[in-house]
Amino acid sequence: MGARAVDRRGWRYRGNVAARVLAGTIGAYTVASCLAMAVARLSAGGRIDGVIAGTLCAYLAVPAVAIWAFLARGTWRAWGGVVVLVALFGALAWMIGPPAR
Amino acid sequence: MSAVREGTRQVMAWLHGWTGLALGWVLFVMCLAGTMSVFKPEISRWMRPEATASAGRVEAINAATRWLAANAPKSAGWYLTAPDDRANNVEATYDSGGDYVARALDPVSGAPVARETLGGEFFYRLHFELELPYPWGRWLASIVALTMLTALVTGIIAHRRIFRDFFTFRPRKGQRSWLDGHNALGVLAMPFHLMITFSGLVTLASLNMPWGIVANYGNDLAAAFHDLAPGAVDRPAAGRPGTLAPIAPMLREAERRFGGAPFSRVSIANPGDAASVVTVYRSDAAQIGATTAEVSFDGPSGRVIGAWAETRPAVGTYAVIYGLHMGRFANGVLRWLYFLGGAMLTLAVASGMILWVVKRRERAPLSLANRIVERLNVGVIAGVPIGFAAYLCANRLLPPGLVDRAQLEVTIALDAAGVALLVALAVPPRLGWPLLLGVLASLCLASPVVGGGLSYLSQALARGDAVLPMADALLVGVALTALACMRTVTRKRADIRRPARARAIA
Repeated sequence: MGARAVDRRGWRYRGNVAARVLAGTIGAYTVASCLAMAVARLSAGGRIDGVIAGTLCAYLAVPAVAIWAFLARGTWRAWGGVVVLVALFGALAWMIGPPAR
Repeated sequence: MSAVREGTRQVMAWLHGWTGLALGWVLFVMCLAGTMSVFKPEISRWMRPEATASAGRVEAINAATRWLAANAPKSAGWYLTAPDDRANNVEATYDSGGDYVARALDPVSGAPVARETLGGEFFYRLHFELELPYPWGRWLASIVALTMLTALVTGIIAHRRIFRDFFTFRPRKGQRSWLDGHNALGVLAMPFHLMITFSGLVTLASLNMPWGIVANYGNDLAAAFHDLAPGAVDRPAAGRPGTLAPIAPMLREAERRFGGAPFSRVSIANPGDAASVVTVYRSDAAQIGATTAEVSFDGPSGRVIGAWAETRPAVGTYAVIYGLHMGRFANGVLRWLYFLGGAMLTLAVASGMILWVVKRRERAPLSLANRIVERLNVGVIAGVPIGFAAYLCANRLLPPGLVDRAQLEVTIALDAAGVALLVALAVPPRLGWPLLLGVLASLCLASPVVGGGLSYLSQALARGDAVLPMADALLVGVALTALACMRTVTRKRADIRRPARARAIA
């Protein structure tokens, strides 16, 4: 099995796993939150319609980002993906701004 | 130095294992309690065997408000659920000078039934509140559900052969059999597993994903809830005493406005006040979406002061997802499919946690951490059902009319599960499994019999009531299953354990 190719001992491996766990939990939830905000503000319907659309999309981001955090080649790439998505969705939400009314 | 494992499938399997292990024990409690909640009204009926009176929903609510007006007039609110074809009592939540209490009210007299119990409500609350104070229980449940979503998706990706797993089971092969069983349980009901996890998250959305609300409403939570339920009439108390007008005409008027559909819930805000508000909600038992339709009345005059029926598509989408989780629309076969789906998910979680240990044991002697995992598995997988069965036995054995009886039942349930967990941690699993499975079987066999159970059974049979006999039969079924598992565990030790140990020595 390929599992043998990964050295599972020492602090390097533990640090690798810990960094990915953080990216896959706190990172994934942050991405989901920013996505919820962006979609909520992007949505064409009423304020509450946007909230519902954003919230439903957000849950799907959690497993997606969690998987990315562990599949990415290297922890830098794992965190890079999280940061890019947070920046993208966050900027989108910020640029659109809160809805009128 | 890159991934935690080499190869996509290996990484997915690794992630599936760890996400499952991390919160698997809590997940097991949630799945089992949720599965029980499918039959919440039926469990409540089993737990109130003397309270068999029945009345129409209008008469029952009428009786309940009469009793409450005499016994809890200063209450801030009465929240009533009318009897229907599944429940015969009125489920009431109200305060009478202090905390809110939940009571089943007799549909004819309106007074609380003698055998004070939470009934099926215990399992329902445990399912998403986990006996923790608000909001911690709901937060923990949300975290577990999010982890579960990741565990499900990684489990699916880790799979090579979804279709073939439908038909694969190789018994008596240790790890192989556990894996086959785990896969079959996961794969056969996979759409249910995904649906119930996702929709479960949605039911707690305002708590676990409030960021859409923050984005569109800022701090104005009241505005968000008003947009979600614009029909709600929120009128402050006048501070002057008032009397409720007769409630039956209001209920009939509400049903007329629902186009003849029955109402299910009634809330009465400030019932003893001159500005009391009676709100009647349509039953959602005949539709998948838990969409609201409500009519509000001025309490003292009985005049309609508000009416609302939800038709917006986005809110309707949310209501359908919510309704899918609650499954109140599911009748007959569909209700049993919900139960079966939940049972399969519960067993998938349990077999996954056992697989974690079996897999490692077949490779090398278990590490200390994995030996603790193994004992925790015994304590939770056998101990939590022991707690539930103890709850049912306590219901039969505690005399009706006891002070704080409902809470005592819950305490007994939690204590029994706690003791089982401690025993499982203290003794080796080869003793722990048969011991706790034996206790579980005994409790399940005892619960239909103790405290006059058999006379309730014969009364139910004489009435032609199928709920109590079916519940008794299910309990006996669980007991027999536990005994079969106990036998398998003890026999397996004789067959498999010895060669494994011989290998380890060699």
